[in-house]
Amino acid sequence: MSFLIGENMIGGYGSANILNDCTISVKKGEIAVVVGPNGAGKSTAMKAIFGMVNLKEGQIKIDGENVTKLAPQERVLKGMGFVPQSNNVFTTMTVEENLEMGGYIRRDDLDETISQVYELFPVLKEKRFQPAGELSGGQRQQVAVGRALMTNPRVLMLDEPTAGVSPIVMDELFDKVIEIAETGVAILMVEQNARQALEIADKGFVLVQGENKYTDTGKALLENDDVRKAFLGG
Amino acid sequence: MTDFLNSVTLLTNYIVVPGLTYGSQLALGALGITMIYAVLRFSNFAHGELMSFGAMSTILVTWVLQSYGIKLGFLPTALLAIPFAALITVFYCLLTNSLIYEYYREKKIDPTTYLIISVGMLFFTAGLIRFIIGPGDQKFNDGTRFILKARDFKEMTGLNEGLAIKTTQGITVVVTILLVAILFWFLNKTRTGKSMRAYSDNEDLALLSGISPKRVVMITWVITGILATVAGALYGLDKSYKPFTYMYLVLPVFASAILGGVGNPLGAIVGGYVIAFSELIFTFAYKKVFTYMLPEHLAPKGLVQLLSTDYKIAVSFVILVIVLLIKPTGIFSGKTI
Repeated sequence: MSFLIGENMIGGYGSANILNDCTISVKKGEIAVVVGPNGAGKSTAMKAIFGMVNLKEGQIKIDGENVTKLAPQERVLKGMGFVPQSNNVFTTMTVEENLEMGGYIRRDDLDETISQVYELFPVLKEKRFQPAGELSGGQRQQVAVGRALMTNPRVLMLDEPTAGVSPIVMDELFDKVIEIAETGVAILMVEQNARQALEIADKGFVLVQGENKYTDTGKALLENDDVRKAFLGG
Repeated sequence: MTDFLNSVTLLTNYIVVPGLTYGSQLALGALGITMIYAVLRFSNFAHGELMSFGAMSTILVTWVLQSYGIKLGFLPTALLAIPFAALITVFYCLLTNSLIYEYYREKKIDPTTYLIISVGMLFFTAGLIRFIIGPGDQKFNDGTRFILKARDFKEMTGLNEGLAIKTTQGITVVVTILLVAILFWFLNKTRTGKSMRAYSDNEDLALLSGISPKRVVMITWVITGILATVAGALYGLDKSYKPFTYMYLVLPVFASAILGGVGNPLGAIVGGYVIAFSELIFTFAYKKVFTYMLPEHLAPKGLVQLLSTDYKIAVSFVILVIVLLIKPTGIFSGKTI
C-alpha cells in the first residue's frame, strides 16, 4: 500500500486543466520521481498533492486518510513536508531561524530536530548564524530541505531541488535525499535532471500533458528505449 | 579654551540635545511606518494622525489621572497615562484593521489601493480627533520643567553659554531607548517576533510553515499602536499638543523611514536621527559659534544661517528627493523587518 497517493487528479489553475487523470504515489522509505517535458504538469501535480492547486476530481490520501479537502498547513500537520522550487528560504533570517520557522507549528522543543538536521547537513551547523540569503545555491537548498524536515514529516516533497546548482552539488543533494529516505520517510521529487534522478528512484512517473505516460521502477524506465529516446536524450 | 568650550556648549544646547530629542520622536514614528510597510506592504499615510490619536488619548487619560490627584512627582503625569493611552490606540488600530484593512487584505488588494485607504483613514482620524478634543492647543506637561537649567549650568561651569535639558527631552531619549530595545528583542528573540520577520521576508513560505497571516497582521497593529502613542505623546509633551502639527510631522517621519530603508527598523531609527540633525544643522545660526572660535576681526556680521527655520521641512524633503534619486531602497536597503 502506498503511503501517499494522489489518485486520478484532474485540475489546474484556471478553467483549463493541466492535470488530466494523473496518479502519483509513494511508499514509506521509497523515492518516487516525477519527470517529463516542460509543461507536462510535474510541478502542478506536486502542488495539487500539497493542496496548493484546486482539484476538480481525484483525491489525495496519506496513510489511507483522505486529505483532499485540507489546506496546505493542515497537511503539514498530517505529516507532509514541502520544499518549493524557488523562494524556499527566508533570506533575511539566519539558518537557525529558518529551521525554527520550519518547526513553527510544533509546540514542543525543537532542539533535537535541529541537531538532527545539522547532523544531516553539517555545513549548516557552521553557518547557523548567517542569513540564509548569503549562502550558496546548494547550501540554500539544504536550508530549504532542512526547513521542511523540521516538522518530522512522514513524506517529503521536493520540487526540483537541483534547479540551478552545479552537478557536484546535485550529486550531494541526491545523496542526502537517499539518506533521508533510509530513515523511513517517503520522498516525492519532481526533477529536470531526469536521468540522474531516475538512477536513485525506486519508482518513476513520466508525465506528458498531465497524464501518466510511463510508470515503472527507476531502473526499468532508464532501460526503456521509448523513454530514453523521448525524454532522456537517447 | 573657554571659547572652545563655549561654542561646544552652544552647539550641544541648540543642536545635539534638540536633535536627539526630535530624532527619537521621528525614529519612533518612522518605526511605526516601517512595521506596517514590512508586513502589510503599504505606506500608511494615516500614521501621523495615529500619533496624534495616541497623544490625544494620553492627554485625556492624564486629565482623568489629574482629576483624581494622581501625580508622578517631578515627572509628568502623562508618563503614567501613556500605557493606558496605548491600550486605547491599539484598540482603535485593531478596530480599523478588522473593519477595513482586513477586508482588503483578504481580497489581496494592490498596495496603491491600500495607500488610498490609508489617506481616507488619515482624514477620518483627523476629523475624529478634532471632534473629541477640538483643534486647539493643549498643554498637559506637569512636573519639573528642567533636568538641567541654563543658569545652573553657567554657575557650575563659569561659562558664558548655558546648557539646558528639559525633563521632556530626557524622558524622550530614555523612553525611546527602552522601547527600541524591547522591540528589537521581540523581533529577534521571540517566536512571535520571528514569525513576523518570516512573514515579512517570504509570505508564501510563512504560510507553508503554518504562520497565520491574520495573527501577524494583528500583532503588527498592536506594535504600531504602541509606537504611535509613545511617539505622539512624547512629541506633544515636548512641543505642546496641536492636532494639525501631526499632519506636517508625518512628512519628516516618512522621510526618515525612506532614508533608512522603509521596512527596516534599524534604518528607521538611523533615518530619524539623520533627518532631525540635518534639519537643525541647516537651519542653525552659527554667528555665535564663529564669534567664539575666530579671532575678533574675522567675526561674522550676519547670522551665518544656511536656511531660515521656516525651511526646516524643506530640508527633509530635499534629503528625501536625494535618497530617492541615488539610493531608492534607503541606507539599509529595507523591505523586511
